[in-house]
Amino acid sequence: MTYFVIIITAVFVNNIVLMQFLGICPFLGVSKKISTAAGMTGAVAFVMVIATIVTYLIQKSVLDVFEIGFLQTITFILIIASLVQLVEIILKKVSPALFQALGVFLPLITTNCAILGVAIMTIQKDYNLLEGVVFAIASAVGFGLALILFAGLREHLDLMNVPKGMKGVPIAFVVAGILAMAFLGFSGLV
Amino acid sequence: MANKKESTFINMVVALLIVTLVAATTLGFVYEFTKAPIALAKLNKKLNAIKLVVPEFTNNPDSIKYEIPVEGGLPVMAYPAYNNEELVGTAIETYTMKGFSGLIKLMVGLAPDGTIHSVSVLEHKETPGLGTHMSDEWYINQYKGKNPGTDNLKVKKDMGEIDAITAATISSRAFSDAVQKAYDAYVNYNIEPESAVVDSTLNTQKEGGENESAN
Amino acid sequence: MSQLTNFTKGLLKENPVFVLLLGLCPTLGVTTTAFNGLGMGLATTFVLVMSNMVVSLVKSGIPDKVRIPAFIVIIASFVTVVELTMQAYLPSLFESLGLFIPLIVVNCVVLGRAEAFASKNNVGSSIIDGLGMGIGFSLALTLLGAIREFLGTGEVFGLQIFDSSYGMIVFILNPGAFIVLGYLILVVNRLNKA
Repeated sequence: MTYFVIIITAVFVNNIVLMQFLGICPFLGVSKKISTAAGMTGAVAFVMVIATIVTYLIQKSVLDVFEIGFLQTITFILIIASLVQLVEIILKKVSPALFQALGVFLPLITTNCAILGVAIMTIQKDYNLLEGVVFAIASAVGFGLALILFAGLREHLDLMNVPKGMKGVPIAFVVAGILAMAFLGFSGLV
Repeated sequence: MANKKESTFINMVVALLIVTLVAATTLGFVYEFTKAPIALAKLNKKLNAIKLVVPEFTNNPDSIKYEIPVEGGLPVMAYPAYNNEELVGTAIETYTMKGFSGLIKLMVGLAPDGTIHSVSVLEHKETPGLGTHMSDEWYINQYKGKNPGTDNLKVKKDMGEIDAITAATISSRAFSDAVQKAYDAYVNYNIEPESAVVDSTLNTQKEGGENESAN
Repeated sequence: MSQLTNFTKGLLKENPVFVLLLGLCPTLGVTTTAFNGLGMGLATTFVLVMSNMVVSLVKSGIPDKVRIPAFIVIIASFVTVVELTMQAYLPSLFESLGLFIPLIVVNCVVLGRAEAFASKNNVGSSIIDGLGMGIGFSLALTLLGAIREFLGTGEVFGLQIFDSSYGMIVFILNPGAFIVLGYLILVVNRLNKA
């Protein structure tokens, strides 16, 4: 039941992009086509889950033990940065096909605040490791849902007759606002 | 860009090591320096919240706080307030997960007989302009002087006595839920004060065990 | 480029939020009130100026390949300084900004300026660049916060302008953030073209 609540909350009610405003840069940057949006989602999901596990273990076994919680920010960002590099190298060796699909998105992920945000939130919400993993997966699904929905809308937007000044980014934001309004309907569900 | 340094393995390791070491040491000093003010700010915030919800007291409630286990959830913290050896009230730091955006933390001041003296909001993520009105005086005043044992603290929509905040029924329901939780914990705890005080750790463990087997 | 244009470019022409579209997460996340926007802006400005300064000071000692990790460590240190100081002396602001304080570290504006400007220029210009960008960022956040606060609750910086019952709550809620920012970008684009 707890897991069910965590999943519904992270995917719909507190959707990481539309409700918590994390990961806005890729949300705008790679949402012009559904296929790139899906690729980005895969890469984010991959790194998000691994990063949450590793940061959780470091927090519990190093930062908490030595009472140096104030180094959390610096430790987590370093872990994520090196993890992204590591995933890139391993993926290149082990699965060139997957690397082809996700490779271009990986370098962008270090500065994706959704990853660091989820890692910190897992600690703040006092989840255990399994709950943290479920939370990370659900957040990634929420990220993907928002990204792919938005990409679909933007593909249609290209065919529309948008006023000249609104073309591009401004109309994208207004559409994102309307999408966020739709997600507001999930509030209070859990 | 003529001065771009060549990257050899050794100078990369050395450079990174120095940067991290300097960073960690500096932060260590900043942490030592801000540790006391941070603790003070947190304590002050807590004491201010306690002052708001119980009658005037002379002791430091934070030094004699105790935990009350709550069935199926995290324990709540109780801060007894004494005015010259006489218990004038107990501030209960209570919570609910039923808010519009999840967690709401309240400080509820109860007189020794369980009547609500006052309530203050510690923490919430409710919608600005809607749920945030829960800190308003008119709303909190509805709870003052009521005894959750005899009065129905639910919102009027749920056949209770509380006027919900306009367009924020969920926040209002959650608020009542947290207050009720504080009262229930306080009353349950004070029915058997002796055993509870002496074996409070034992009790917690036992209850935890029962819960697990029940699930 | 003179120091004056170096400073003013961040305000409008290369405004990090409206033109470069960087650092959008805190921009949207904390701007429910003008005060929160200003607080976030100033915290980011501090990190920008300090990390720009340090990066340009140490740039010649850092091997090219580990440049980015070293910059990240420098930035993360200043973020932690802000985090601890704010927690100690401005606890209520710290609470309302919440998660977005540690997230300054992944704010693309900060790393972007360190990499694109401070690693190639001298200390003086780097500080001015950081200051200009930081003030541009703060301006954007404060403006967005003020507009949302005004439309949503009828207040600006907590000052009541019209009765809050006429406020349009949607502007305080998440959709309002996107919509107001969309229209602000439109306006700034127009101004820059003119």
